[in-house]
Amino acid sequence: MATNGSNRAVAAPQNDPNSFAASVKDAATAGFLVAVLGFFFIGIRTDIAPGGLDLKMRWGAWIVSILVVFVGRLLLNLFVLKTDSPITRKIAGAMPSGSRFAGTGKWLMRALFAFALVLPFFFTTFFPGKDRQFIDLAILIMTYIMLGWGLNIVVGLAGLLDLGYVAFYAVGAYSFALLAQYLDMGFWFALPLAGILAACWGIVLGFPVLRLRGDYLAIVTLAFGEIIRVVLLNWYEFTNGPDGISGIPKPTFFGLELKRGEGGFADFFGIAYDPIQRFIFLYYIIFILALITNFVTMRLRRLPIGRAWEALREDEIACRSLGINTRNTKLTAFSIGAMFGGFAGSFFATRQGFISPESFTFLESAIILAIVVLGGLGSQVGVVIASIVMIGGIEMLRNLGFLQQVFGSGFDPVQYRMLIFGLAMVLIMVWKPRGLISTREPSVVLKEKKRIGADMVAQGEGH
Amino acid sequence: MDAATTMKNSDQSTPGWDRDPVLSVEHLTMRFGGLVAVGDLSFNVGRGDITALIGPNGAGKTTVFNCVTGFYKPTEGRIVMRHGPGRQQDDVETLTDSGQRWKTTGNGAVYLLERMPDHEISHKAKVARTFQNIRLFGGMTVLENLLVAQHNPLMVASGFSIGGILGLPSYKKAQKEAVDRAVYWLERTHLIDRADDPAADLPYGAQRRLEIARAMCTKPQLLCLDEPAAGLNPRESAELNELLKYIRDEHDVSVLLIEHDMGVVMEISDHVIVLDYGVKISDGPADFVKNDPKVIAAYLGVDDEAEIDMPEVREDIEKVAGDGPAKKKPTARSKAAPAAKKTAAKAKPSSKASTAKTSTARSTATKASSAKASSAASTAAKPKTAARTAAKPKPAPAASEVKIANAGDYPGSQPHGTKKPRAGGANNLTRVKGIGPASEKKLNALGVWHFDQIAAWKKAEVQWVGSYLAFPGRIEREEWVKQARVLAKGGETEFSKRVDKGEVASSVPGKRGAQPKKKTTGKGGKA
Repeated sequence: MATNGSNRAVAAPQNDPNSFAASVKDAATAGFLVAVLGFFFIGIRTDIAPGGLDLKMRWGAWIVSILVVFVGRLLLNLFVLKTDSPITRKIAGAMPSGSRFAGTGKWLMRALFAFALVLPFFFTTFFPGKDRQFIDLAILIMTYIMLGWGLNIVVGLAGLLDLGYVAFYAVGAYSFALLAQYLDMGFWFALPLAGILAACWGIVLGFPVLRLRGDYLAIVTLAFGEIIRVVLLNWYEFTNGPDGISGIPKPTFFGLELKRGEGGFADFFGIAYDPIQRFIFLYYIIFILALITNFVTMRLRRLPIGRAWEALREDEIACRSLGINTRNTKLTAFSIGAMFGGFAGSFFATRQGFISPESFTFLESAIILAIVVLGGLGSQVGVVIASIVMIGGIEMLRNLGFLQQVFGSGFDPVQYRMLIFGLAMVLIMVWKPRGLISTREPSVVLKEKKRIGADMVAQGEGH
Repeated sequence: MDAATTMKNSDQSTPGWDRDPVLSVEHLTMRFGGLVAVGDLSFNVGRGDITALIGPNGAGKTTVFNCVTGFYKPTEGRIVMRHGPGRQQDDVETLTDSGQRWKTTGNGAVYLLERMPDHEISHKAKVARTFQNIRLFGGMTVLENLLVAQHNPLMVASGFSIGGILGLPSYKKAQKEAVDRAVYWLERTHLIDRADDPAADLPYGAQRRLEIARAMCTKPQLLCLDEPAAGLNPRESAELNELLKYIRDEHDVSVLLIEHDMGVVMEISDHVIVLDYGVKISDGPADFVKNDPKVIAAYLGVDDEAEIDMPEVREDIEKVAGDGPAKKKPTARSKAAPAAKKTAAKAKPSSKASTAKTSTARSTATKASSAKASSAASTAAKPKTAARTAAKPKPAPAASEVKIANAGDYPGSQPHGTKKPRAGGANNLTRVKGIGPASEKKLNALGVWHFDQIAAWKKAEVQWVGSYLAFPGRIEREEWVKQARVLAKGGETEFSKRVDKGEVASSVPGKRGAQPKKKTTGKGGKA
């Protein structure tokens, strides 16, 4: 189990009879340091006054900060650093470990699937006032799940670190938007084309990076992602540059538009029109697209190509000695991953109705990659959990109004949500350094299925 | 050594590997900048031979391997791989002029390996290799490792993944066959119990065996092994020898290996090539090479007075040069001698101290003095020889109807054999796990036709047969006698059931039961 690495480094002698005294002493030292440093940073406030600066002493804030550090350090010493049974170890033990998770994982997956299946109706029934907000969030999470699964092929299975995955998302989105704008094409026609175009770009990216390894691979993919965005931004005549493309058509239900009045979906089925119908429809589109992604990925893992990807991640030279064409294998990984990115992109375009290069910055790539890494490289369930935690978590942290009652009305919790979120991620990675679900499931079994621990599995290039 | 090898060795004028080479390396040169790692090297690897490539550290052995398997592109030279018998010289020449990479010919195909990328060499030319530092897919299970090795046929069967995604039945069938082949090799390498464990979890020796099994799963015609015995203990090393002989005899795979363990090299090699500084200095049968003054000089340096300070080199040299019981005492003139004596005393079970002497003159003298011993047994340095010699005076029981000329050379006693199977025909001995068609033939030659004959073997007989068939210890380990007892009573073992279903590639599926109506093997004719 992962214990806090720094614990061991700082660990005091075990069973120290004076551990309490030592803890207090240590905490007092920390408090003293804060007193010295904080005297200028916290204790003195400078205001611009007529004729120069006006110094104002803030003794209260200074003392509070000293006390906070003293108490915090003391608690840390007593419960983590200078104790035989650090509390972090207990927490780490309480986290589902690989083997235990294997049993519950299956049920968790089924429960999640069942919930996802009825999710829109769950929200319309139980949260009628907020259903639109929740379903919209579910659509967003589902998009990231799909992107995570697509990137998982490249990073998790083939072990090729791709920092420019958002490029394929952009290619998919712009493919649909431009096809609709110039050729007046509908969503369902443009969707496969967008996927194919993104796959082609995956191959285009794949060729130059075939021979690259490690950090160099990461840098080139990162550059590729930026190139696509910069081209979209500057090719004003074709892509409309920073102004973006608006008026992207909505998907139709077998030719029926989800609109009010004559000829719409509601009119055809003789039900009352409700704007929520469009959201439910969008939700099911992305849900099915994500399911297809998952189904194809799971199938591919059990096929020779999937095993070749994983073998490539483990040892490329051995692959070549066994007659595997590593060039083609890498290119298929890039192109299939890119294809799913393209599908997700064109869905994004139709959902937003408006796209601009600003939606496809490096931050998006980083979030998708973080989802894959946090979930555990190569794990499909891990991506789902990580997407819910990351995307849902960021949104949920908007509702921190109650903190204003604690910290006073000047406190704006929304500003701190990224900080809280970053801390949470650091903690997760400390406890589960190889992601939430770090074990690997074998693709073929002779007698007994044994999950493979993360310490055995190689991470591939660029990690 | 088996009969074929002895025949080949006796025919010194045109060795078998020159008449029917599976691989020819011609004028191979590999330069790294200014360094000439391999210079104008030519040799042949005989079809169905175990060929060893030896030489001191840095001699260029692994470079040759990397050139043959396409990991390096040679600076100059031609590397020809042949499927099908004979030199096919005309086809090779037309292919060389044509600029193509390979050519299908009347009786097989020829490949120019220096023109092919590494993965094609494995896929098309059927050359498999292992690595000096084991390269397994550590995070994948043992079974998955063997399936990755069958990537190319499975890829075709899965319709390049499209059929596989749609779940077509043809792929499922192909996958089942691939698993069966993997299981076969797992059984051969005694890894079947670890099939679902990650490869990184296996102990070192098992990882080495798995790497060989994985290479064999690519269905090669030539297997290149880079130091397969490195880091193995003596028992594992002996098992490896058996495995390599099995691969050669039962699967008609030629083996090219780099090895430092002279025990392994001398015991199993049909043909030894010695490199030094990228140049071939000796080429021939093991007996010839180990007495070649140039080889001894390369291992020890030519300077008579030179102090040898590498214990493992000294040990190797003792194995190469120090054959036969040592009667000579080290001369006081030699500085190296006391050191050699020390090594011998601490490292060897054998009693031969001595001849780790550098001078070529000395070694010739040793050769002369021990000529008798070396002609009797090719593996002079093995402790086994001592056992054999000790067993010599013991009279072999003359109970068997089948007379083996040198029966007394093997420890134990020859089992009872009959010239012909009893009425009703012989049993299908391949139903015993561990007996393949070749072993069955040999057993039939000994007059062993029935399960009850094997079932009646005592320890002495088991020892004799094991030694005679050149796989000591295997009969006990694979429990032939115990299996034969069950089968003689008309029972079945798990393995025999699989043979009867035709699932075991190495065995002959035949009729079951202890008293077949007619001969079932269809192979083991009259000896």
